[in-house]
Parts: sequence; structure tokens; C-alpha cells
Amino acid sequence: MRCGDFKENYIKDEEIFQSRFVKFWLALFFIFLIVFPFIANPHMLYIANMIGFAVIGAIGLNLLTGFTGQISLGHAAFIGVGAYTSAILVTKYGISFWLSIPLAGLVSALAGLVIGIPSLRVKGLYLCIATLAAQFIFGFIFVHWESMTKGITGIHIPPPSIGSFQFVTEKDFYWVTLFFTALAVGYARNLVRSRMGRAFVAIRDRDLAAEIMGINLFRYKLTAFAISSFYAGVSGALWVSFLKVVIPEHFNFMLCIQYLAMIIVGGLGSVIGSIFGAIFMTLVPEILNVLSDVVKSYAPDMGKLIIPFKQVVFGFLIVSFLIFEPRGLAEIWNRIKKFFTLWPFSY
Amino acid sequence: MDFSILIQVIVAGLATGGVYGLIALGFVLIYKATSVLNLAMGEFMTLGAFICFTALTMIHVPFWIAFAITIVFAILLGIVIEPLILRPMIGEPVISVIMVTIGLGAILRGLMYMIWDPTYRAFPQIFPPKPLNLGFAVVPSGLLWGFIFAVITTIVFIFIFKFSRTGVAMRATANDQQAALSMGVSVKRVFALSWSFGAIAAVIGGIVIGNISGINIYMGDVGLAVLSVIILGGLDSIEGAILGGFIVGILQNLTGLYIDPLVGGGAKEVAPFFIVLIILMIRPYGLFGKVIIERV
Repeated sequence: MRCGDFKENYIKDEEIFQSRFVKFWLALFFIFLIVFPFIANPHMLYIANMIGFAVIGAIGLNLLTGFTGQISLGHAAFIGVGAYTSAILVTKYGISFWLSIPLAGLVSALAGLVIGIPSLRVKGLYLCIATLAAQFIFGFIFVHWESMTKGITGIHIPPPSIGSFQFVTEKDFYWVTLFFTALAVGYARNLVRSRMGRAFVAIRDRDLAAEIMGINLFRYKLTAFAISSFYAGVSGALWVSFLKVVIPEHFNFMLCIQYLAMIIVGGLGSVIGSIFGAIFMTLVPEILNVLSDVVKSYAPDMGKLIIPFKQVVFGFLIVSFLIFEPRGLAEIWNRIKKFFTLWPFSY
Repeated sequence: MDFSILIQVIVAGLATGGVYGLIALGFVLIYKATSVLNLAMGEFMTLGAFICFTALTMIHVPFWIAFAITIVFAILLGIVIEPLILRPMIGEPVISVIMVTIGLGAILRGLMYMIWDPTYRAFPQIFPPKPLNLGFAVVPSGLLWGFIFAVITTIVFIFIFKFSRTGVAMRATANDQQAALSMGVSVKRVFALSWSFGAIAAVIGGIVIGNISGINIYMGDVGLAVLSVIILGGLDSIEGAILGGFIVGILQNLTGLYIDPLVGGGAKEVAPFFIVLIILMIRPYGLFGKVIIERV
């Protein structure tokens, strides 16, 4: 029985897997992830894929907003840039899907750098409006740069393949998603305990103090934007490759709100929080769908209310988490862990 | 390009700008007193337009009663929302405060979707449809009345601010909360009132815009475009909001005239966001905003 934390040096404190207990459960979780596609039905796998994309995107946003404190209302734009880059590279230039994913991330990161430039002069509310503006400008470009994006008709994307094997079904694509998601989570978890991660947190807590301590604001703020957009781009590229079609409608302002909701519900400034948030916010609409099916069987015309009802639930979740549990699911998770660590003497 | 078309477009821009100024005023009123940027402003607008519309078409009251109902509703909206949702956010980081207004917007939009369908509706005729002929330009009736409404509302607000007891209390709170508190101003009341005032500006803007271009639940997107106005004018400046409204209105209409044919439409709607980015790079605190200088 472990009771309390007894760490004797900083290396121990910063370890990702802090105890044998954690390692054991994580290993079990990984086995579950690998067994999952063999026991799940296609719809569950579809949701699992969606969760994967959401996890990557949410971690990206959390690195920028939760860790570095730079509020972005334009995350959907970066997801869109990545999605379109990958789609165009694959369909127009015949580049392999596997190469197009990192390239999509890079182009997205470039867009992030450009949008990040105002962050050097403005912060808080002003930055948030600047990113909002970027969101609408990119939305405009997606619709109107028809020679590249094919406007509102969208681009159809062939499924990715290795050799002659094509990743067509949800189950095939699950492996692609799992691979990239694991990579994204692992990198982010390591990033936040590095020098760069600490610099991000310092900038969030007080940018002037961070600068006095020798953190180059220019460099780290832009890096945060670039990394965040890289994640967004990868997430978007995977997402549209899975859906096999990309249209501008995907990347509207609602998606930004969804992602912000994920990191707020999950927990700002926490990698595991982003994962919780992504899972939670992807599952909530699914649960509502199930509920609506039940309701529909009793009152058929209530069915059309489900779309707005989802919005209400989203808004309600955001507001109530902000008011009652500002540190999100990650904090609840911590409390539960602490309860069991100290059990039966927790108080 | 025909010169008279240019004049016509500029006049239309001025009229639109008046309405923008009014909505921007709503943003500024709330921001000045409570330091909250209310991103649910667009939803307030839409809600106002729908309330007025429903009063006009369902219970068939004359316009001025429907208008009064809407105003009362806006006041209640502010008084209810501020203590319920915004007060717990005092002292929280910017992201929480912004997100709570976005969440509020999502709730309102979803509720409106559930109550009124997302279909497009034309507003009933409430103003005489005769356009005003200025000689060198013709102002359509909707824009003209919208402009008149916006100007009257703005002037009323300015007078309230300058001369009424409430207005002075609000200015005092905006200036220094501690000092206002010690002078016996109820800062809580002022906060709720500024939300009511902001909501009033928004619903009047909603009615006016609904009257010009019809209503549906997405008309609130204009609220986001108006952000460019307050960025241009300065987040906490009333004169900035009004002047910024005119500038953005004219610029937007000029974009519609000159750029839209080049890119195949849509530039008019996105122009305000380009303006935002440009201003933020050149002069982040706007024309009249309070300049905060931080240096290491």
C-alpha cells in the first residue's frame, strides 16, 4: 500500500510513470487498446477513431492555451489547413498519405507562425480576437480558393495504403489513428517536462517575469503556436483521410468551440486532461444520439431537436465546468487517485 | 466605376456603420464596467430580434409595445445572466471569462434553435418603406430607420452616462472599483446594470438588422464582425465604438463594391476580420483605447 509521495530528487518527480502501479495499469490499457478493434463493432471503432483525432487536436490546443496561455479561437482554421494540405498533396500531387501527414503538420505550423505574430504585441483578449479573425479569414480562403480547395464541393480522398493493403474500414484506420495518437501523446507528455515545457508554463503564469528569467518570449510564443498548429494539422489530415472527403463546412467556428470545450472540460495545462476532455466531448454527442433514438420512438418530431440540444449541452458543460470545476476532469481524476492512494485514511 | 455608385455605397456604409456602432457600444458598455468581452453579443442580438418578431406576429401588438417588451427582456437578461454566470468568474483568467461567454452563446443559440426553427424569416413591415432620396444618393428605408434608431439609442446612452446617477456610478466603477465601492456605489448592481445596458444595445441592433435583412438564428454572426469595430475604436472607448462603426461600415461596403467581383463574393463578410488583423499589428489598442505599456 502506497501512502503519500516520497520523492527524493527532481528526476523522480518529473518521471512520467511514477510507480510500478501506474506502469502496470498503463500496460493493461495498451493491451486493451490493441484488443479493442477485435471486440468492437464498426460504430464503436468509428467513435474510437474520432476520439483519436480529437485527442491529437486537443493536445495541440492545450499546449498553446493551457500551457502557454495564448488563447486561440482559431484552432479549427489550423485543423483545416492541415486537412486541405494533406488532401491536395494526396489527390493533386500523388504524394503518399504517410508523407502527407507530416507535411500537413508543417504547413499548418507555418500558418500558425503567421497567426502567432500578433501574439508578440498583443495578449489576452486582443490575441483571442486576432485568432478569431484568422479563423474567419481561413474559412473564407477554404471556400474561395477554388483552384486548390475546390470550394464547397470539397475534395474526395482515396484511403491510405501500405503496398497493396488499403486502410478502408474503421478497423483498418484504427491502427493508423492509434499510431499517430500514441506518438502525439508521448511527445507532448515529454515536451511539457522539458525546458521548453517549463518555459511555456512560465510565459502563461507571467510573461514579463518569464522574460526577466531569460526566456525569449518571441521564440517560445511562436514555437508554441507552431507546435500547436502542427498537432492541429496532423489531426485534421487524419480526420479527413478517415472521412474520405474534405469540405469547408468541417472547419467552422463551432469546431473551435468544441476543442476549447475539450480542454476546459478536461483540464487546462494537462496532457491527460486533454485526453479526458477529447474522450468526454466526443462521447457526449454519441450518448445524446442514443437518447434521441429512445425519445424518437415515443415522440417522432422531437428528433429534430437533437442538433440544437447538443449545442445547449455543450454550452452548459463549458459554463458549469468553468464555474464548478475550473481545473476540469484531470483534477477530478487526481482526487480519485488520491482518495485510493491514501485509503482508508483519506480525509 | 461610376462615381454616383461610389457615393451610394459610402452612404449605405455610413448607415450600416451606425448600426455597427450601436452593437459595438453594447460590447464597450459591458467591457468598460466589468472587463468582460461578451462573445455572446451576437446571440443577444438574435434573441432580441426574435422576441420582437414573436411579439409582432404572434400577439399582434403594435411595434412600440413589441419594442418595449424586447427592452424589458434585455434588462432582465442582463440582470439574470450577470450574477448567475459572470460573477463567479471574477478574478479568473481571461480564457475562463471568454469561454464562459462563448458557452453562454452556445446555450442561447441552441435554445433559440429549439424554440424558433433555423428557417429564414422576413421581418414584418414596421417602418414606412419609402426610401430617402438625398439627391446624390438614395438610402433604403431599412438602413435609414436603422441608422436613426442607432443614433437615438447612442445619444440616449451617452446622456445616461453623462448625467444620470446610474451613469455616474457606472463611470466611477469603470474608473476605479475600490474607490467606487468606498463612495457607496454598489459595484454588484453596476455590473448587472452594465450587462443590461449592453443587452439593450444588442437587442436594438438585432431588431434593426432583422428589419433590414430578415432574421434567422445565424444572424448573430454579425456580432463577431462587430469585434473589428471595437478593436479599431479601442475596447473601452465609447466614441471609438461609434467612429469605428462608421469606418468599418464604409470599408466593408467598399470591399463589397471593389473586391467582391474579383474573388467571387464573400469578401464583404470577411473584410472586418482583415481589418482586425491589420489594426492589431499596427495599433493594438485602437484609436481611442487605453494604452497599456508593459516593458521589461
